[in-house]
Amino acid sequence: MITLIRRPNPSRFWSYATPVAAVIATMIAGGLLFALLGKHPVEAIRVIFYEPLFGENAAYFRGQLLVKAGPLVLIACGLAVGFRAGIWNIGAEGQYIMGALASAWLALHMYPAESHWLFPAMIVLGAIGGLLWAMIPALLKVWFGTSEILVSLMLVYVAENLLAYMAFGPLKNPEGYGFPGSRNLQDYPSAHNAELIAGTGLHWGVVAALVAVIFTYILMHRHIMGFRIRVAGEAPRAARFAGVVPARLVMISLGFAGALAGLAGMFEVSGPAGQITDSFNVGYGFTAIIVAFLGRLHPVGILLAGLLMALTYIGGDMAQLTLGLPSAAIQVFQGMLLFFLLGFDVLTNFRVRLGRRAVA
Amino acid sequence: MNRRSFLKTTAATAVVAGAGVPALAQDGPLKVGFIYVGPVGDMGWSYQHDQARKALEKAFGDKIETSYIENVPEGPDAERALTQLALAGNKLIFATSFGFMDATVNVAKKFPNVMFEHATGYKLAKNLATYDAKFFQGRAIQGTIGGRMTKTNKIGYIGSFPIPEVYQGINAAYLAAKKVNPDVEMKVVWAYTWFDPAKEADAASALISDGVDVLLQHTDSTAPQAKAQEAGNVITFGQASDMSSFAPKPRVSSTIDNWTPYYTKRVQDMLDGTWKSEATWGGIDSGMVEIGEISDAVPAEVKAEALKLKDDIASGAVHPFTGPLNKQDGSVFLADGEMATDDQLHSMTFYVEGMTAEAPK
Repeated sequence: MITLIRRPNPSRFWSYATPVAAVIATMIAGGLLFALLGKHPVEAIRVIFYEPLFGENAAYFRGQLLVKAGPLVLIACGLAVGFRAGIWNIGAEGQYIMGALASAWLALHMYPAESHWLFPAMIVLGAIGGLLWAMIPALLKVWFGTSEILVSLMLVYVAENLLAYMAFGPLKNPEGYGFPGSRNLQDYPSAHNAELIAGTGLHWGVVAALVAVIFTYILMHRHIMGFRIRVAGEAPRAARFAGVVPARLVMISLGFAGALAGLAGMFEVSGPAGQITDSFNVGYGFTAIIVAFLGRLHPVGILLAGLLMALTYIGGDMAQLTLGLPSAAIQVFQGMLLFFLLGFDVLTNFRVRLGRRAVA
Repeated sequence: MNRRSFLKTTAATAVVAGAGVPALAQDGPLKVGFIYVGPVGDMGWSYQHDQARKALEKAFGDKIETSYIENVPEGPDAERALTQLALAGNKLIFATSFGFMDATVNVAKKFPNVMFEHATGYKLAKNLATYDAKFFQGRAIQGTIGGRMTKTNKIGYIGSFPIPEVYQGINAAYLAAKKVNPDVEMKVVWAYTWFDPAKEADAASALISDGVDVLLQHTDSTAPQAKAQEAGNVITFGQASDMSSFAPKPRVSSTIDNWTPYYTKRVQDMLDGTWKSEATWGGIDSGMVEIGEISDAVPAEVKAEALKLKDDIASGAVHPFTGPLNKQDGSVFLADGEMATDDQLHSMTFYVEGMTAEAPK
């Protein structure tokens, strides 16, 4: 008989150990899955986790890790603040799209004028685009008590349709032979978020992600605001006595997350993606939720988790190529990570007792 | 476990240095890589490309080695996947979706000694060729069968995206149908997707409830076929692949994308050292567009008429777009006896005269 007993305080040990345990369990279960598909499990895990970092072409793939991890970390930092406060923004994907749309709109509007002010202005507009989109669930929650989970999630689909409309309509490349998609910003020097050092994958979005990690750390752990946010999440009643205004907290959490997601969209559309197309968003906003939890909602943890998640994407592609693993198997593998993390999280809040049922 | 040998780190270093990758003499088989936008099991677009890949392996045996990456999102992920293929030593790489265009252009610049082939795009480079099929030729045959068989005089078309390829398909089907049945009307629903069974099913339902009894689809799933089967009295045509599991009815015929002849030729060119960049637009005559078997649900004389049209298009005696032909707004598109040029077709973003549907802006 297994009994779970709630711990008086969450276990510090397990809160650090569960991500590691989840990764190991994912490797084992994933290895089993790959073995069932007739692939050598150890080889598959090696290709996914080792090859991109230390394999023969690692110089290229390490850079790609940064490209992939940048938006994940940037978005996850913002989400973590809200999650700490018990405010569940599930719609970062939509805020990401709106940030990209707002900044691309500006760039395409200015085209082909070259100006040093364009890129900074795009950054500001990207943040505002995401922030305003996040204000919709925030204000609806404050005014009418709606669920920010549902509203923010539903707004993702609204944003996706707006994206498609823009790609086929107002932002369509007039020289694109009627094909959907905007001009490519990579061909527009003032708007191009180019690699800072060629071949390294390092672009302004990666820099912004690192700044976001530091900023979020200071906010959450060195500032009274962070204290209030954490108290609000852990003990809402106590927070009210401590003078926390719930409405303000909702606005700040969602606004911060929205702005960072918008920034991520801006750096992506002006850099690696280059253009607004109907398939511009590839799920960073949702994957970032996994990254935030895998990183224990802690900025440094998020940085590591973002890199790990990026590794599974790039290593996953590699496993497809060299071992012929189907891409669905890789996606299952990534999903397992969150599954095991949530499973092992039980250990953080509960003690497991084997043996007789405890007397009530 | 036989791990495939990667190019040495020189390649990666060269990329880092921003320079081109040096040609490395490669002994052993020619490596040919593919990226697919969907899963190889989509039974439509990506499936057909993968069938051709398998045919290559069979035809060339140990002279070549193929590999692929499936489910590649269009955008930066495509660029990485293509780079990955190039770094892995592939010398000929097929990027099989329109949305891979800019990514392919970028990667082709970095690897001047790797040859790239981009499906359905329009950007060429010294080491980047494009290829596409004249799907509209198959549409003309579908239009003929549909025009003869419809009882409601309403033909439905599930459009994917309002781009020239799809306009060509709608217009070709409409013109062929009107030729055999002047009362025919064409209804269009835009699904804004290439592959999304749920959306395609919705589009099919909408058209069927609108009285359509002939359903053409420019999207790749079998969902519309299933909807037509449910409705009972609706006929359909397989898209991209034969979709023969829905034969003999609702699926009465199909347009099959057969990439095997083209891929075989290009691989042979690589082996012979005669590969060069060009834009290929193949039709029924080149084998790129195949007409799937016309089932017994089609009356014999209609079947004969359709097959004759197929032969005439293949021989060049008939062009689906022959003047006099006006655009929907009444302006002249083709003068009497004039046949549309490839360039005219490539920029076709309008309906022809007689279409009652409104073109999306």
